[in-house]
Amino acid sequence: MNPALGEGGGMVEGPSFITPGARGRRRAFKSRLFGFVCNIAALTAVAILVVLIGKVVLDGIGRLSPGFLTSMPSQIFPERAGILSPMIGSLYVMLLTVVIVVPVGVAAAIYLEEFTPRKNAFVRFIQVNISNLAGVPSIVFGMLGLALFVSVIGLGKSLITGALTMSILVLPMVILVTQEALKAVPQSFREASLALGTTQWQTISRIVLPTALPGILTGIILSASRAIGETAPLIVVGAVGLVTFLPDGLDSRYTVLPLQILDWIGQPRQDFRDAAAAAILVLIAMLLLLNSTAIIIRARAQKKMAGL
Amino acid sequence: MSVAERESTMDGTSARSFRSAGTWLSGRMLQQNAVRSFCFLCAAFSILATAGIVVILLTESLPFFEHTNFFAFITGREWAVVGGRETFGVLPLLSGTLMITVGSGLVSIPLGLFVGIYLAEYAPGQARRILKPILELLAGVPSVVFGYFALSLVTPGLRGFSEFVGSWIPTASPFLPTFTPANAAAGAIVVGFMTLPLVASLCEDALSSVPRSLREAAYGLGCTKAEVISRIVIPSAFSGVIAAFILALSRAVGETMAVTIAAGATPRMPTGIGNEVMTMTAMIVNISKGDISRGDIRYQSIFSIGLTLFVVTFLMNIIAQRLVKKMGRTGS
Repeated sequence: MNPALGEGGGMVEGPSFITPGARGRRRAFKSRLFGFVCNIAALTAVAILVVLIGKVVLDGIGRLSPGFLTSMPSQIFPERAGILSPMIGSLYVMLLTVVIVVPVGVAAAIYLEEFTPRKNAFVRFIQVNISNLAGVPSIVFGMLGLALFVSVIGLGKSLITGALTMSILVLPMVILVTQEALKAVPQSFREASLALGTTQWQTISRIVLPTALPGILTGIILSASRAIGETAPLIVVGAVGLVTFLPDGLDSRYTVLPLQILDWIGQPRQDFRDAAAAAILVLIAMLLLLNSTAIIIRARAQKKMAGL
Repeated sequence: MSVAERESTMDGTSARSFRSAGTWLSGRMLQQNAVRSFCFLCAAFSILATAGIVVILLTESLPFFEHTNFFAFITGREWAVVGGRETFGVLPLLSGTLMITVGSGLVSIPLGLFVGIYLAEYAPGQARRILKPILELLAGVPSVVFGYFALSLVTPGLRGFSEFVGSWIPTASPFLPTFTPANAAAGAIVVGFMTLPLVASLCEDALSSVPRSLREAAYGLGCTKAEVISRIVIPSAFSGVIAAFILALSRAVGETMAVTIAAGATPRMPTGIGNEVMTMTAMIVNISKGDISRGDIRYQSIFSIGLTLFVVTFLMNIIAQRLVKKMGRTGS
């Protein structure tokens, strides 16, 4: 390989034009060293993920069995303990969150992108507010939920409280991703539709939303995976570590998978640590499933848009 | 309006729809306005959420500040609730959070910056297509998992490293830290890993927005690639890069589960990187896990910590947003 070429760019290095004196060689060496460091950093990032997942797989795979998925958790019998109630709890929280947050989040994004052609001060204020809200630590949303849903409204430490809290937490994310998806719809689509005499809402519902659907779906899936992984706000609104029954209604007590993992990590016996690793494997598998669905949807949509 | 009429207006073909088009209450305009109002309410709801957070943090921590005055809270070096003696000084928690945040920055900032440079300047298409989803995945790993990782691998690794160095350089061994099962170093390292993808992708965005002409001009003057990046590209994208760092640090301040598991649960003034520290977020979690009622002083105390947390992260985010805006102006 020509040493004058950069690591992968094919960009011509300066000094190769000049007769390479000692100074030029030193500069060229420094440049290659810099590129090498960047490569190492990228490899390190990959290595972190590989080691992380590798460690969890090694620790947890032995504990994974059909029985593990279908038994109730325990703090006494590690060999019989399972993750049925936390897994179902996680699924309930995720589904409820999506059901609550999607209409609100998508509608808010439609308002900001479609109904306000001129960005007035109010719209700009909402926009700044949404990006600020996205930066608020998740545990603070838990405190909002604790004071508002648990105490003031009186929903108690129930499943619906958890889902409502989680909905407010992921709302900024849903709005921002939906806005991006709406922005990506070509302006000509809207103009062509409006020229046929439709109202703005008809254009939005029949032209803009269907076109933006893959992008919106990706956003919804990502917020669902955020809802599965978050733990801190749920602890604050009263999800508990050990629940040996399935939630039987919106007002039921519940637990979620990350909380069960937390509970087992805290146990002194190694058997429980292994059960925690196995539960992490299930959690990561659920996230991978969601993420790969999002990636597939995105890839198919890109192909379709490229064909237009 | 009858169903048939409604049908025809929806088609937009009947003559009637033309006549009624301008009236607010006519079929499809009514629908349009109803939808528009609903969308407006949803957008306005986000303001309500922020307002709700601020109001609740203030009103719920008010009784707490009647118990412990604000100055004593901010400067107190002890946080203890033992048998009737209740002292709420936030300094141990604040310094714990500071230690984790700075430590995580030592990991995520250099590593993230170089990964960002790699993505923006070096990576061939194939490598980008692999690395980007991997970073997304790393960013999506739940915080508890990083906690497990810290306990089961990072802390043993740190111990091993410390022993290894001690065996090779015996004179250094008295200065080497001993690591308790939960320790500040492990917490900081895993939080650094967690925020690494954020730094990398924000740095990449900032660096990619530097116009190509600037790079070409520098190459034309005979600069090497490293010189172009370090003297032209990074200085041009400087405010964006700094914004990326600040956002990562702000994320580290608010990080909860990993530090609760990995860094410890003893509120003490920090004594070393090998010992336990407790962050503000970990204290909120620990108090919440106990069954507390609304009138309890401990219930009120978590809102005072939450308020501190909110103010710190809010200020950091505002500074970062300002920097990004500045970047947008100078970039174009």
